[in-house]
Amino acid sequence: MKKLIFFTLLLITSLAARTQDFPTPMHPRRIVNDFTGTFTPQQTAALEKKLRNFNDTSSTQIAVVTVPSLYGYAPNDYAQQLAEKWGIGQKGKDNGILVLLKPKKNNENGQVAIAVGYGLEGVIPDAIASRIIRNEMLPAFRQNDYYTGINKATDILMQLSAGEFTADQYAKKNNNDTGRWIFLPFLVVFLVPLMLRKKRRFDSNDRHQSGGTGFPPIFFGGGGSGFGSFSSGSGSFGGFGGGSFGGGGASGSW
Amino acid sequence: MKKGYIVLIAIAVIILSIFFWFKNTYNSMVASRENVTAQWSNVENQYQRRLDLIPNLVNTVKGYAAHEENTLTDVVNARAKATQMQININQLDETTMKKLNQAQGELSSALSRLMAISENYPNLKANQNFLDLQAQLEGTENRIAVERRKFNETARQYNASIQQFPRNILAGMFGFTAKPYFEANAGAENAPKVEF
Repeated sequence: MKKLIFFTLLLITSLAARTQDFPTPMHPRRIVNDFTGTFTPQQTAALEKKLRNFNDTSSTQIAVVTVPSLYGYAPNDYAQQLAEKWGIGQKGKDNGILVLLKPKKNNENGQVAIAVGYGLEGVIPDAIASRIIRNEMLPAFRQNDYYTGINKATDILMQLSAGEFTADQYAKKNNNDTGRWIFLPFLVVFLVPLMLRKKRRFDSNDRHQSGGTGFPPIFFGGGGSGFGSFSSGSGSFGGFGGGSFGGGGASGSW
Repeated sequence: MKKGYIVLIAIAVIILSIFFWFKNTYNSMVASRENVTAQWSNVENQYQRRLDLIPNLVNTVKGYAAHEENTLTDVVNARAKATQMQININQLDETTMKKLNQAQGELSSALSRLMAISENYPNLKANQNFLDLQAQLEGTENRIAVERRKFNETARQYNASIQQFPRNILAGMFGFTAKPYFEANAGAENAPKVEF
């Protein structure tokens, strides 16, 4: 009996202490919360616009969050707790995804996790989330190109959750067995022009940026006009909808 | 005569209000206990999911690292032990919880040893099937951690509800007993790291 009370107290105090490890969402509400200033303002704006559009059309929320530290948590544990606290995805549908990034610092490993909401565990199984991390993210992250990795990964997460192709088809593609992947030509014909058209504007922005002064991304407001521009892009973001997470997803480090 | 009526009505009101208090309290305690039961089965589902993954994992590792027999049999034995530890929620108390934690803990450490030795086999680490299984195992460990945390949360609410006065009188009468928690000892709440 005493033990029970003791554990209850322990639980409460540990819960209270732990909430500090998790940031609260930025204001005004946005779907890309770059707490570390890892992306340039243009990159943030491009991601924000893409993911907001996807949220508006499908109600699936793919949030991108960068944090300076995981405070000793395992990456997917931290991602699950943060995603649950923020309630990414819609309540009842639980169709949220959190892409969590802790950039590499001098002597600390970089860590990344994808947390998949209950409602999307069927279309994005753990093994597929892991492949996305290994195949799309880590190669780019090792080159310090965070934006490319996140951008590619969110593209695939969007396509998977919209049912444009299935987890099996994605898996086959990555076995370098494209011959069996008969959908590829169709995808190329229909999707690529679409994506190119949507992306061209951002790409030119990027080129502009990288050709510029090479602003360290830490100067968050330093990018000037680019930063404010995304909020005017596609209306306002209504915030996260209260989706729930059961621990599905994967993580990786480099 | 009139006075008698008033007394009767007063008694009836008292009896009725006691009845409704009983009813509400009892029903809310039952609902709270049902939550704990439901959450317990979520925990067991995830443990089962891990048990189901292991044969496949062991076979895959065997194909590349057959002579790591000790580690492999450790996993198989620990799995067999954990399979027998299915605890009905009614039998759940401090002792059975301890046993369960021990059996599942042994399995966890056997599994992490297995994952550690696979580090030495580059061919195994390059095997897609193994990488997928590893990701599934990692996801399952994380799900176990999540469901355990949720169980502690629901059990805490339930325990608080049956231990408060005057509910504890009713709880004692109808055999509502407190449920144990999963240990919150160092690192147990965090999913074990399966990393290479």
